[in-house]
Amino acid sequence: MKKKGVGMSCVLHPTGNKGAGDPSQAAIQLKPDGTFTLVTGAVDLGQGSSTILRQFAADELGVPIENITVNNSAGNAAPVTMGSFASRVTLIDPHAVKLAAEDLKAQICKWAAAQFGVNPDDVTFADNKVAVKNDPAKSLTMAEVGAGVFNSPALMIGTGAWYPAPFTAHDPETGAMPSVGAVSFGACYLELEVDTETGVVDILKLVQAWEVGKAVNPLMCKMQIGGGLSIGLGYALSEECWPHAPSMDFVPEVLGDYFIPTFADYPLENERAVAEVPHPMGVKGAKGFSEGSSTAPIPAIIAALHDALGVWITEIPVTPEVILRALGARG
Amino acid sequence: MTEYVGQSMPRYNGIGQVTGTARYVDDIQFPGMLYVKVLRSPVHKGTIRNLDLSAVAKTTGVAGVLTADDIPGQNAYGFYGDSQVFNPKQPRFKGEPIAAVVAVDEDTAMEALAKAKLDIEEQTPVFDMFEALKPNAPLVRPGTANNLFEYAPGKTTFVIKLGDIEKGFQEADHVIEGTYKEGMQDHCPMEPHVSVARIDDADRLEIYTHSQCLNVHLGFLCPVFNLPQSKINYIGGRCGGGFGGKNDIHCDHIAGLAALKFRKPVKFRFTRKEDLAYSTKRGPWVFEYKTGFKSDGRIVASHIREFHDSGAYTGLSPYCIEKCGMFASGPYAVPNILVEAQVIYTNKPVSSSMRGFAVLNGQVAMETQMSRIAEQLGLDPWELRFINAWRDGDMGASRYVVQGAGAIEAMRKCAELAGIQLPAKLMEMNSRRR
Amino acid sequence: MKHVLSFTLNGAPVDALVQATDTLLDVLREKIGLTGTKRGCDTGNCGACTVLIDNEPVNACLTIALTVTGKTVTTVEGLVEGSELHPLQKAFHEHGASQCGFCTSGMLMAAKALLDKHPQPSRSAIVEFMSGNLCRCGTYLEVIEAIQAVAGGK
Repeated sequence: MKKKGVGMSCVLHPTGNKGAGDPSQAAIQLKPDGTFTLVTGAVDLGQGSSTILRQFAADELGVPIENITVNNSAGNAAPVTMGSFASRVTLIDPHAVKLAAEDLKAQICKWAAAQFGVNPDDVTFADNKVAVKNDPAKSLTMAEVGAGVFNSPALMIGTGAWYPAPFTAHDPETGAMPSVGAVSFGACYLELEVDTETGVVDILKLVQAWEVGKAVNPLMCKMQIGGGLSIGLGYALSEECWPHAPSMDFVPEVLGDYFIPTFADYPLENERAVAEVPHPMGVKGAKGFSEGSSTAPIPAIIAALHDALGVWITEIPVTPEVILRALGARG
Repeated sequence: MTEYVGQSMPRYNGIGQVTGTARYVDDIQFPGMLYVKVLRSPVHKGTIRNLDLSAVAKTTGVAGVLTADDIPGQNAYGFYGDSQVFNPKQPRFKGEPIAAVVAVDEDTAMEALAKAKLDIEEQTPVFDMFEALKPNAPLVRPGTANNLFEYAPGKTTFVIKLGDIEKGFQEADHVIEGTYKEGMQDHCPMEPHVSVARIDDADRLEIYTHSQCLNVHLGFLCPVFNLPQSKINYIGGRCGGGFGGKNDIHCDHIAGLAALKFRKPVKFRFTRKEDLAYSTKRGPWVFEYKTGFKSDGRIVASHIREFHDSGAYTGLSPYCIEKCGMFASGPYAVPNILVEAQVIYTNKPVSSSMRGFAVLNGQVAMETQMSRIAEQLGLDPWELRFINAWRDGDMGASRYVVQGAGAIEAMRKCAELAGIQLPAKLMEMNSRRR
Repeated sequence: MKHVLSFTLNGAPVDALVQATDTLLDVLREKIGLTGTKRGCDTGNCGACTVLIDNEPVNACLTIALTVTGKTVTTVEGLVEGSELHPLQKAFHEHGASQCGFCTSGMLMAAKALLDKHPQPSRSAIVEFMSGNLCRCGTYLEVIEAIQAVAGGK
């Protein structure tokens, strides 16, 4: 018999390493034609770090985004980034980019002031130009600045480095340790159908919303919310490296033995959305969240299975075998 | 001026991904490149009596072999520094690298490896955490007293205390207890682990990597090669899926050692089987939750015991239990919390980071407790969570002050999208104040 | 023993020196140097190596190279039409159907085979046809959107 159930969950995901430390660096170089190279050590795993850091760089410099190229594969020449883990890049690295942009703008203003014969404070940097504050006729386009810098003994590389706070360890007695980065929040609602003969679960509808501080790139937020289902649905329902531990020696050796979700396992109805509560620690309120999209569906599945079957399942993955065992135990 | 932050835009480095020109590590080929295959432990636990690789080394097409003796620096790496590049004495899990062969191609390397004479005494392994805690359990780590990670001599439990847990349970009208078991998961990125290494024109060791954290891994690699950072050009930036699995070194150390020894370009790549069976994992967990709550739904006490299976080495497990514990009472204001957590070694692949990290595992258990509490009280599951959700200024388990709270906002958005009409009293709530 | 394999690759004739045991994936990636086609599992489970042989989607890792003698093989590198991206390439890029990108080549080739046969596939037809292609980043929803956009002429 097929039974339907609904369930919901609310979870968090901390972004940034606990205990702080956790530094990132960035550099932005002005090129001879007035365009820019953002150099970062942030690895792009597919989460989109190069894309969003370029968005931040364009905003902080106030220049067209097309004029910024990103180099994140500079090896020895790259500024250091702690790593693309702990959903930390969106929280930490934009600070380094922002500081690098401010540094570069100050250098360019100082150089331009000398050309204009004014004080650096009297030069503005806006709309991809530098100009004298009270004499806007005196201005240079970024292309003119780039060429001028190149033809003078000058190098314009803005640098920035940031971390939230010095590293702190847990108090050995109480575990106290107040430094957490930023926390993101997700909620999931889903409807499923479970076959009581076979134990097979079919997710019919899944809704997931994440509070992300600031949606830096809404398309990519949506991609991350949907993307996390692969690992979340797999962990909840089908993936187990040691399915018969400790009694047996069998381990999956091919993807035909280890079942990660396929097109067919994604729910037919799938809604994704973000909410925004600007986080005080983030640039423009931004923080990471993507890892958590794997988390939220799992307890919602357990709740929906209870709704459908009347039993609380307390182990994951909830394979068909687990469901049939739970139903058998209930009698 | 256009503001770009907040705008949808396609992937900056995405065109190469749809044209096939984006370069991943396995796409790199150098003329005369050699290939590595690793001799892995055939047993879950054992003592190597003798290893004879002479026939391997003599095979046509083989450049040579690599053992622990070829490591110029230390045979140790990892976040807690206890993983071994090659384990020459007492392998702790099936598939642990013992030695390697370097040959003109992978087929030759595999054929040569079949000639290795490994004399290994198989010993009784332990796979289950609670078996590993028994007094006469096999010891995963030779020379230790038990199978527990020690923070300090004799200190094997990580504790977080907030408020007064006993008082909390006294105040509670009801208590729900639950035990939750969560399994071992593989990251399974579509790009298997791979590394390419060679000696460059400045006599530096050049390594092409898919590492998620270049700086951290460079820090791990330098002591293995006994080289300063200026002698290694560690090139990465693109990765065919990581999900935490590429926070740990799987190939770069061995490819680098081979390039140093044979001074030729070298590629070392995992098969999918090696990825699934021997790479780092999301380790298994068992949680014991005891949650005290008032009749009106307020959670007043949360006692959590975490048991985390670290596999054969430490991986990131202590950090996992700590971070899990900090958040294991969910996004809820709970005034009295006690977390007691242990890392337990077993003869399994090494546990480390994976998407959602250890925090995911605690959330799953806590949320199931919440669902059960709602059922017992006959309360709407949304309402139970709205009542308890963090507001700015609340204090979390390790005494962090909550800022930028947004659980209520996330739930409201989710309900709206699901077409669920929440009661007016919930719609009026927000995360700024209680 | 080596054999000369002659076939048409992305519109041009090629000859490659191969062994009888080489797979088409080995030959494409390691002999010819077209690395757009990815190696994800070598067992035909993941679909990252999907190429078209005489317009049929096939796992290159399961195809003995010599069996494509005289046939026409299309890889992701052959999708670009002149200097223009194929509509599927454009749609995948714009709809975010590629995260880490490792499965993308295979997805694109499977999607092309689908649309060549069924220019207006239903959602369930897309799901069924594409189910041999795995993506761990979980781009399935965006891949479906991108295919639908191309089918709808958008």
